[in-house]
Amino acid sequence: MHSIFVLLGLSVLVFLIARVMPGDPARMALGPRAPENVVEKFREDLHLNKPIYVQYYYWLKGALRGDFGTSLFTKRSVADDIREFFPATLELMLFTGIVMSVMGILLGVLSARHANKWQDNVVRVVSYMGVCTPAFVFAILFLLLFGYVLNLLPTIGRLSPWIDHPRKITGFMTIDSLIAGNFAAFWDALKHLIMPGLALALGPMAQEARITRSSMTENLQRDFIALERSQAIPERRIMSRYLMRISIIPTVSVLGLDFASQLGWAFLVELIFNWPGISRYGINVMLHKDLNAIVAVIMIIGLMFLVVNIIVDIIVAWIDPRIRLGAERST
Amino acid sequence: MAGIKKKDLSHTWEKIKKSWYKFSKNPLSIIGATIVLLIMCLAIFAPFVAPYPEHAGNFVDFRNASQPPSLHHLFGTDVFGRDILSRVFFGFRFSLVMGFVVISLTAPVGVTLGLIAGYMKGTWVDTLVMRLTDIFVAVPPLVLALAVTSILKPSVFNAMMAVSLMWWPWYCRLVYGIASSIKNEFFVQAAEVTGSGKLHIIFSEILPNCLGPILTKISLDMGWVILIGSALSFVGLGAQPPTPDLGTMVADGGKYMPDQWWMAVFPAFAIMFVVFGFNILGDGIRDMLEVEEG
Repeated sequence: MHSIFVLLGLSVLVFLIARVMPGDPARMALGPRAPENVVEKFREDLHLNKPIYVQYYYWLKGALRGDFGTSLFTKRSVADDIREFFPATLELMLFTGIVMSVMGILLGVLSARHANKWQDNVVRVVSYMGVCTPAFVFAILFLLLFGYVLNLLPTIGRLSPWIDHPRKITGFMTIDSLIAGNFAAFWDALKHLIMPGLALALGPMAQEARITRSSMTENLQRDFIALERSQAIPERRIMSRYLMRISIIPTVSVLGLDFASQLGWAFLVELIFNWPGISRYGINVMLHKDLNAIVAVIMIIGLMFLVVNIIVDIIVAWIDPRIRLGAERST
Repeated sequence: MAGIKKKDLSHTWEKIKKSWYKFSKNPLSIIGATIVLLIMCLAIFAPFVAPYPEHAGNFVDFRNASQPPSLHHLFGTDVFGRDILSRVFFGFRFSLVMGFVVISLTAPVGVTLGLIAGYMKGTWVDTLVMRLTDIFVAVPPLVLALAVTSILKPSVFNAMMAVSLMWWPWYCRLVYGIASSIKNEFFVQAAEVTGSGKLHIIFSEILPNCLGPILTKISLDMGWVILIGSALSFVGLGAQPPTPDLGTMVADGGKYMPDQWWMAVFPAFAIMFVVFGFNILGDGIRDMLEVEEG
């Protein structure tokens, strides 16, 4: 319920930003040389001559049916554009999410287990580097190092041009090529994912590692750990069974926020690697002042953000019995 | 009365001295503070310390174009023959101005709204303000800032306005959390009972208790705002050429990537350096205040 309210509020905000601006959207869309009667007709069609709340009503009516109007940049329906570009971003973000959560937690556990030894210090230095390096700087450095100097990884797009595109089923290049049984294409698609995925994942990964480390070292002082040790439960089992579960709760909560902020940095990373996703599309439409598309892209990003947060809440409740049982008891 | 006031002051001074001692014991904080001071000096005195100050603006010297790093040009030169090191120094100026302007615009607004909403928790003011922040934080600040600057005319000024518009909710939420928990403390109730005005309670009783986290957030945010600013310029929606801006320089250099690598890599490192400095300074401030409270 709350999410629906946020989405509606966001749509009002974005709509206001897009409409309360200097200049005439109809004139901007058609160019300075379009005859006046054509511009007038255009205004009529898009309800631009009506008050802003009426415009919003028409827009919302369309949006609820999945109709975000026509993109002035691609000259196609915005909904079609988004349908085409969205899976690429989703694939990239899922890859990023997996890398950052798995690697972040592993590194955090590693440095907590070897607290104040060299492993811990290495992780700490890497974390500092990761936290303060923006994704687009990582992207540029990777591009130079792995793409050009070492020549290990492909630099642009999702698939090398000489490889046949697998039939589009899920829209995920890696999964589609696996379904088609085309392992060469799968390997190629995976290689294309690595650089943009890592560029996006390293910053949050460092953050996750730091949070996991501090919450693990904190929980290590707790009584229940002492109790388990006194019962001669093997250290490894204490770590993996009891300590991990309680210690990754703060990590997972931050994971959602980090993931969401990477949705923003994806705008630059997709541009750098020419990744045909919704963020690169977003940048292009922004540079062309394509209002319908800008509004739609922001709404989609907001929707992704909310979905991620709901998923994170569910995961946290699943890990943390206090929340799960608390909710059951209260109902 | 005067005696009490004097005692208060010396107490504050003791506190500051103690905090500084703790701050100076942490090597990372000192590194952070040094980096931040160094960058500020480089930015302020850029016309004097830059080896080629005239290269900051529209300057063309094709004989020296695209030179790799050398003793004359430590960071190399760009396609117009401009010294990249000098331009990085001038770039720091825009980054710092961006950070200062955005934070001095957003922190007071966000803090005030957060205090009011926190103190009036449960009323319609609380609902209105906090639901409004919910909407703003539902999209990464970078995306909204990109959208706003793209709709306005791309320029440094508009970039600052756009980022400011997106940044206040974060302060609001931070302060709201603290204020709404402090409002039930005895000293606030005591002030209410003795008939202090709402404004007095909000700004003289609650605000001082929020200063620590706010200060920490400000120093961490400097880094983030500078990053967002450079990201806007990177896309071409921030500073316009020939303004020497780190983000623009990375973007322009990126076009000549494999061969003339220095054009993008050094400005990129410069951005990392700035953000690194502010981040560890912020961590140091947080540790200092935490130890003091504990």
